[in-house]
Parts: sequence; C-alpha cells; structure tokens
Amino acid sequence: MEYTILILLLPFLSFLLIGLLDSRLKPGAAGTFGTVVTGIVAALSYWTAFSYFGGGRNAEGLFPTMIPWNAEWLPFGGNLHIDLGILLDPISVMMLVVISTVSFMVHIYSFGYMKGERGFQRYYAFLSLFTMSMLGLVVATNIFQMYIFWELVGVSSYLLIGFYYTKKEAIAASKKAFIVTRFADLGFLIGILIYGFYTGSFSFTPDSAVIGSAKVFLPIALGLMFIGGAGKSAMFPLHIWLPDAMEGPTPVSALIHAATMVVAGVYLVARMFPLFIGYAPEVLHITAYVGAFTALYAAVVACVQSDIKRVLAFSTISQIGFMIVSLGVCTSADPHEGGLGYMASMFHLFTHAMFKALLFLGAGCIIHAVHSNEMSAMGGLRKYMPVTHITFLVACLAIAGIWPLSGFFSKDEILAACFGFSPVMGWVMTFIAGLTAFYMFRLYYCIFWGKENKELHAEHTPHEAPLTMTIPLIFLAVVTLFAGWIPFGEFVSSNGQAYHIHIDWAVAATSLCVAAAGIAIATWMYLREDRKVADGLAAKFSGLHKAAYHRFYIDEIYQFVTHRIIFACISTPIAWFDRHVVDGFMNMLAWLSNQCSWLIKGMQSGNVQKYGIWFLGGALGLTVILLLI
Amino acid sequence: MNILSLFPAVPLLMMLGLWVSRNTKQIHAVMVAGSSLLLGLAIALVFIFLGMRADGQTAEMLLTDSFMWYRPLNIEYAVGVDGISVAMILLSAIIVFTGTFASWKMKDGVKEFFMWFCLLSVGVFGFFISVDLFTMFMFYEVALIPMYLLIGVWGTGRKEYSAMKLTLMLMGGSALILIGILGIYFGSGATTMNLNEIAALHNIPVEMQRIWFPIVFIGFGVLGALFPFHTWSPDGHASAPTAVSMLHAGVLMKLGGYGCFRIAMYLLPEAAQELSWIFIILTTISVVYGAFSACVQTDLKYINAYSSVSHCGLVLFAILMMNTTAATGAVLQMLSHGLMTALFFALIGMIYGRTHTRDIRELNGLMKIMPFLSVCYVIAGLANLGLPGLSGFVAEMTIFNGAFMVNDTFHRVVTIIACTSIVITAVYILRLVGKILYGTCTNPEHLKLTDATWDERLAVIVLIVAIAGLGLSPLWMSDMISESVLPIISHILN
Repeated sequence: MEYTILILLLPFLSFLLIGLLDSRLKPGAAGTFGTVVTGIVAALSYWTAFSYFGGGRNAEGLFPTMIPWNAEWLPFGGNLHIDLGILLDPISVMMLVVISTVSFMVHIYSFGYMKGERGFQRYYAFLSLFTMSMLGLVVATNIFQMYIFWELVGVSSYLLIGFYYTKKEAIAASKKAFIVTRFADLGFLIGILIYGFYTGSFSFTPDSAVIGSAKVFLPIALGLMFIGGAGKSAMFPLHIWLPDAMEGPTPVSALIHAATMVVAGVYLVARMFPLFIGYAPEVLHITAYVGAFTALYAAVVACVQSDIKRVLAFSTISQIGFMIVSLGVCTSADPHEGGLGYMASMFHLFTHAMFKALLFLGAGCIIHAVHSNEMSAMGGLRKYMPVTHITFLVACLAIAGIWPLSGFFSKDEILAACFGFSPVMGWVMTFIAGLTAFYMFRLYYCIFWGKENKELHAEHTPHEAPLTMTIPLIFLAVVTLFAGWIPFGEFVSSNGQAYHIHIDWAVAATSLCVAAAGIAIATWMYLREDRKVADGLAAKFSGLHKAAYHRFYIDEIYQFVTHRIIFACISTPIAWFDRHVVDGFMNMLAWLSNQCSWLIKGMQSGNVQKYGIWFLGGALGLTVILLLI
Repeated sequence: MNILSLFPAVPLLMMLGLWVSRNTKQIHAVMVAGSSLLLGLAIALVFIFLGMRADGQTAEMLLTDSFMWYRPLNIEYAVGVDGISVAMILLSAIIVFTGTFASWKMKDGVKEFFMWFCLLSVGVFGFFISVDLFTMFMFYEVALIPMYLLIGVWGTGRKEYSAMKLTLMLMGGSALILIGILGIYFGSGATTMNLNEIAALHNIPVEMQRIWFPIVFIGFGVLGALFPFHTWSPDGHASAPTAVSMLHAGVLMKLGGYGCFRIAMYLLPEAAQELSWIFIILTTISVVYGAFSACVQTDLKYINAYSSVSHCGLVLFAILMMNTTAATGAVLQMLSHGLMTALFFALIGMIYGRTHTRDIRELNGLMKIMPFLSVCYVIAGLANLGLPGLSGFVAEMTIFNGAFMVNDTFHRVVTIIACTSIVITAVYILRLVGKILYGTCTNPEHLKLTDATWDERLAVIVLIVAIAGLGLSPLWMSDMISESVLPIISHILN
C-alpha cells in the first residue's frame, strides 16, 4: 500500500504550489486545483479503506497493522528517534475516510461560500495545509510524529481562524486558539518526554518488558498527554478557544472546528487506548469525568446562545465530551465486557463528523443568505431555502439521536457503555442527550420557523445557496441518513476482534423518550412566533440565563489571569527589573568608574608643585611602610 | 593552502578590494563576489567534511594545519574543523551573504561600513576555524572591535551609548576569557596552546579548574547573553544597523555558546561537572526571563533581543546538560537561532527603513501594504515559536529530549521550566504579529509604502530556505553534529 504516501504528499504539494504562486494564480484555478487534489486524496483514502478492510483479518481475527512507510527523521541518541511514516490500522483508516470526505466537501462548498473573497487562493492553500497535517496526524506511526502534525494542524487552524485578518475579533480569536492549545500542548510535550524516557521509544506499542519498570510514570505521561488532547478537543476548562474560533470562515469551522481537528484529542486517547486500559485505567476514568462535565456545561451554555455558530460550537464541545466519556468509561479491552465504549466513541466520531459538518455548512448557507450570525436576523427561512432546511433538519434529528438516523446508533452505543460503567453516568449522559435535542431544535425553530425578520428581509430577500454549496449538503445528509446502518463494530473495536453491534433496546427506548421530550419542549417553546415561555423563563431565572449566556464567565477568568496576572504581575515587573536593576547595576559600574577617574584626575594636573607634593608624599609613605615591615 | 585559511583570507581580500573601489557599484560588486565566494566555500566545506568522514577519517579535527607564530608562548596559528565548526561556518557564510544584501541601500560611508563588516567576518571565521586558544582569542577580539564603530557610526537612536555599553561589557567578558585561557595554559603545563592537545593532557588540577571554569564560562557567557550579563543585547541590537544586528545576533552570539562548550567545558571537565548547577539555574532564568520580558516590549528590536536572550539561554542550558543529545540540540539551536534571528532583524530593518518607526503601537495592518515582508515575518515568527517543519522545532525538541535524559529531580524540574518557554514564545510572537501585521492600517503615511525590492527579497528568501531546509530534513545536520559532539561529551564525562 505504498501509494498511501500520496495521501500526504499531494495536499502538501498543493499547499506549496498554491501558496507560492498565490495571486499569480487565478482564484478559480487555485480553487479547482485544491479541490481536484483533495478529490484524488479522498479517492485514494476510499481505495485504501476498501483494500485494507477488504484484505481480511489475519489468523488472530484482527485487521493487521500495516506500516507501508517509515523513515527516521530526527535521532535523539539511544533508541529515541522521531520517525515519519504511515501507519494503517482500523482507526487510522477510518479517520482517513472521515477527513478526506469532509475536506473534499468543504473544498467544493467553499467555491460558493468564498466566492469573490480577497485571498481566495490563500484560503485554498491553507485548506490544503490543514488537510495534509490532519491526515499526517492520524496516520502517525509514533507519538512524536503525532505531535509534529498536531502542531501543524494547530497552526493551520490559527491561519484559517485569522483568515479575515483585518477583523479585530478574528485576530484575537486566532491568537487565543493558538495560545490556549499551545498551553495544552506543553502538557502533551512533557508527557511525550516522560513516555519516551521511561518506555525507551516513542512507539505506540512499547516493549511490555520495559513498561513494567515504568509503571509509576506511565499514568503521569498518559495524563499529561490527555491535557494536550483536552486542549485540542476543547475540554473544560481549555474549551474557551473554540467558540471564538467561529470567527473563521464557516466552511473552516465545519472542517476544522467541528469534524476533524477538534476530535484529535479523542483520537489521541483512542490511539493510546491499550496503554490507558493496561496501565492507567484510573486516568482513563478521570477523562470520563472531564468529558461528562464538559458535555453538561457546553449543553447548558448552548441552550441560551444567540449566535448560530456559537450554538453549534458549544454543541460540538458537548458532543466531543460524549466521545471522551465513552472512551473513559471503558474498563477492559474486550468489547463484550466493558470495552464497548471504544467502538461507540469511534462510531460517534464518524457520524458526528458527518452531521456536524452538515450543520455547519447549512449554517454557512443561512449566514450567506441573511448576512448575519444572529438568530434574531433569521426566522421563517424554510420558505426561502428548502434544501438547506431539509438537510439541516436531518442533521438536527441525527444529533438529537432519533431513529433511524446515524446519531441514534452511535449515541445509543455510548449510552449503553455509560450505563455499563455506572448508572449515574448513564443517567447524566442521557439527560445531556435530552438537552442536546432541546437546544438543537431551539436552533432549528429559531432559524426556519417563528417570526420572520421582515425589516431585514425587505432590503435583502434570503435565497437558496448555489449548487456548489447545496451538493455537499445533500451528500452529507445522505451519509447521515444511512451511516447508522454501517456495521461499524465489524471494522473497529477495542480489541480488534469483530464486534456485532446490537441495540440495547432498554437504553434506546429511554434515550429516544428523552430526545423526544427535548424536541417536544423545544417545539412548545419556540415553534410559535411569540416565545412567551422562553422569554418568561429567561426573565425568571435571569441570573442563571445571564451567566450561561456569558458562558459562566470562564473567558473573563482567563482574561483576568492573562492580563492582570501574567502581563501585569509577571512580565511588566520582569521587564522593569531588567531595565532598572540588572541594567542599572551595569550602568552604576560605569558611573562608578567615571567617578573614580574624576577623583584621580586631579593628580595629573600638569602643575609641577602638585607633582612635587605627590612625589614627596609618596616617597615618605613608602619609606614608612618599608620601615614598619 | 588549507581551505580553512581561505575563510578569514577572503574577507581580508574583500577589504582590499573595497579599499580600491571607487563607487557604490564597485563596492557592491566586491561584496557580492566575496560573500558568494564565502557561501560557496562554506557549502563546499560541508561536502568535503562529510566526504572525509565517509572515507573513514575519524580524527576529531579534520583539515588541520598549523605553524608557530609566537614561540615564547607556543602560540600557533592552528586550524581544524569538526562538525560543530563546519555548521557554524556555514551559518556565518549564510549570514554574511544575506547581510550584504540587507544593507544594499546603505547611503553614507558605504565603503567604510563594508570594510568594518568584512573585518568582523574575518574575526568570526577565524574564531570558528581556530584550534589554538590564543589565536582563537585574537580572532574573538577582531570580531568585537569593529562592532563598536559599526554601531557607534552607522547605528540609530542612542547609538553612542549602546555601542559603548556593548563593547565595554563584551570587553569585560574577553578580559575574563584571557585570564581563563592563560590559567588553562599554565595550569595544564602544556607546551602548546592547541586545545585538543591540552584536553588530551587532561592534567589541570581540580582546585584550579574550579577557579578558571566560572571565569571562562562567564566570559563567553556574556556574549552568549547569559543572565544577568545580557543587558548589552537589547540596547546594542536596537541601535545597530540591520546587517550588524544580523551578524551580531546571528553569529557573534554563537561565539559565546561555542566557546563555553569548546573551551570552558571541554578543557575544564571536572569543574564543569561540579559547578554546572549554578549555570543551569542562570540559564533557566535566561530562558524564561527573556521570554517574559519580550512579552511587554514595544520596540520590535527589543522584542527580538529578549527573544534572543531566551533562545541563546537555551543553547547554554543544553550544553550544561552534558549529554550528546542535548549538546547536539545546542548546536542545532545555534544554527536555528542564528538563521531565525537574522531573518527577524533583516525584516525589522526593512520595515523600519520604510516606516521609520519600530514602535509596535504605531504600526498596524502592514499585511496589506507589504504582503511579502509580512508573510516572511509570520514565517520567522512561526520558526521562532517552534513550528515543526522549520528549524526551531528540530533544535528545541532535541534539547528538551536530551535534557530530559538526565535522570534526577533538579534537571527534570529545570527542563520542565525551560519547556514552558514554548508557550510564552507563542504569546509574544502572536501578540506582535497580531498588532503590526493584521488589522487595518490607520496611518495614512504608511499606505504609500511599497513592498520588498529584489535585493531584500533575495536576502529573506535565502534565510527562509535555510530555515525550512534545516527544519524539513534535519537528519544529515544532526548526524554531522552529534558525531563531533560525542568525543567532547565523553571527554567531559570521563
């Protein structure tokens, strides 16, 4: 499967070519080139998946792990070295499919969405860079390669969030995204250092004899790595960058901040899963609690946001929380006994990527139509944009977990895994699933139903998006409709053995009821033009509503820490200390020597009498000293 | 004639050529011919060196040559290179080449400026090829003196003050070095000043080492921006003309790290092991302190100067870890920092040449006005904060991995503290990029400015290609360096 190298090389070349030629290339040419390359990459990924899974299982009943490429890139002495290569196993192949599909759709969609934007070429160059980095991340053969591409996706995300670089909010958001994730990556890096030192390699499957002696440190290393994962995957309290990242162009949000990059943390945990289960199950459970809290927090906040992209952003955070929880509740590597969550998490990652990308692309169409992100500018759009409306509804039903859409299947597995872990976890996650249904349908009704904003629409009638934008919507909607029927467990499971998914109907019935209840409440509150109930509740619990709207002031806390503490209490005093104390001391030395020379200067006055006095005095002094000694 | 002797000889010839040239055109011709020749020679040297190694020549120093020039003290003109010096020579040649183009538009005293510039390069190249303690010191001095004039005459701002401060502080350092090398020479009872031979004798009493080690280390440390002896750097860089900043931060500061490693630690191994903890603390402070100071600066050059304090601190930090990996990382970091910081100073010079301000509060929205320079600035910034694919990442990761291999709590703690610099670096770089490049330009004067001209583009592109080259395929460089680091480290440890 040597051709898989093309999956990385083609987008990289496309990045170089479009990036270097930039404005010398016509926008259309750049876009077409980038899209065609991504199309080829998608085709190659499908072919890889087809031949990989078609290759069948080996004697142990596993899909063999293949490494068609691996080369030493940077040696660190001893056994430690960074390799760059390609590793194919069920989850990396699955990720190839997800990333290249969404990326391809976003490339097509951007033709319509970004039409006429200044920097169209640059946009496509960055998309290629991102695609390359993300693909490189998932096929990494070792943890350090993953870190390398991890940083590269971070920087592509930075560049794309800041695409509208003349806009103040976009600059601030891109900076924030990069710095927050960098901070988390510090944990990742230290984790890697510990891991490399104690296991003697950066490989995902270190020698078990070596691990034996590193037992104490492995949980620490894995925990630190999870901090990195939590940063990229926007886990509380490192989630603050993601809502702001919505300042980037909407297709970018769909690709990076919904479907692919933000699940890197989930992927990392899944990648290290055998080690987590084998050596650090308690750390794994901590991730479950972090994930559950994040899911709950984000779901609550999503209920009161007014900007559609922010609602979707918090919904993404919440759904990633689901995936992390699902991994975290695993208690063994056997899917039949407590290892179900692994498969469920990967399945949800897959289905979520599709329907969340669909939601964002749909939101892009809406924003394109009304030129605003605020829900108040929308309402009653179903008449104007039928395709967007239907596909958006499909995605909403999927995320709410309604049978027979894809979200139902994956969420059901997650809930089953949670109930298997502890009933409390199960009920909490079921409740959050209900909240999900509620806020998604709140969003849906506010956009497509309810009161039309006549004043706004009078000067600019909303219209359906062009074909380049609706085709990806339809494609993703079709995937969302049918992806649930994929026998996912046959391909991916915690121990690699085939696992036949069976719906746990007790759990399914509960979650369906809760989802239906969530939708019903949303319908009751938001379907009609006047929203007495919603407004009444907001007024009644105004404190809570305000706190949730301001995302429980977490951003303000960060602002305080960075500006008041780091800048004002550390950097400024250090800079002052440097200029006035350290440098002042040097200047004082200079000043002292100057003063000394002023003092001594008087001796060399050119005056013979003075010289005489000095001469006599000196001779006398010396004589006295000699006599005394 | 040995190819190594060409490195100081070419700039000398260039000075001669400059002396007889009559107009700017001829001066430029001499400079371009000379600096291209140097660059070509440096690249050839890399190939020759690698070829000799491939042929199985395992001697520590290759291409050696020597003749006595002062018998009473056994001072020889002795040259020789290993992988570390080859890397440094390549770096110096790249920076002399790009520095020439970065000062293309110089108006006043062009001839004299370039003559001093060449003398500076004589010193730099001479230092890196020498293996004789005294000759090394002599070249070191040759590199320092022109700096005073270059900053004092062609500088900007408080140039006299800065030039004086820089020269005095560095002279203070070199006084310590002189004492130190004499101490080493007499202490070892050697009949030669050749540092490899002194190392081989290995008979300086430990009590004496304890005196000479801090002296030599601090002496070179001043040039390597060791806290608290770094304060010449912000003022000096801020006042220096572009090419001088480039050469100074890019190459001259590397003399410090190189000397600390090759003289202080190599020749005084026992004391180095005993006393390294003091300097590890100082360098850890440098790393974090420089980064934090850079966060609140408002002058572009000050930001870069403090960032250099932080990055050069990492060089000294790494060599003190005393293992091959970290020391290889240190040399990689010297290369990487040299290229990066030269690129930064070149770009700052170009921006300053247009806007006549370096105050970040007065600059904004440059991306639209000078897209080429701005994009390169972003690339330099990304290299600085350690983006994979650019040189900074390679160097930093090698250092952190090497430092982490020292298995005790003290080293672990300082390594983790040093690691935090990657976050702080991101803070100041992105703050800067966001402030001056992005946004909309509010100064109507700036709207009329133009983007880079061909000479500027050439300088910048050469540096970026080198940065990306080192960042994308570090293996050959890292191999060449670690091979040469190994004997030094094993000498220090035994």
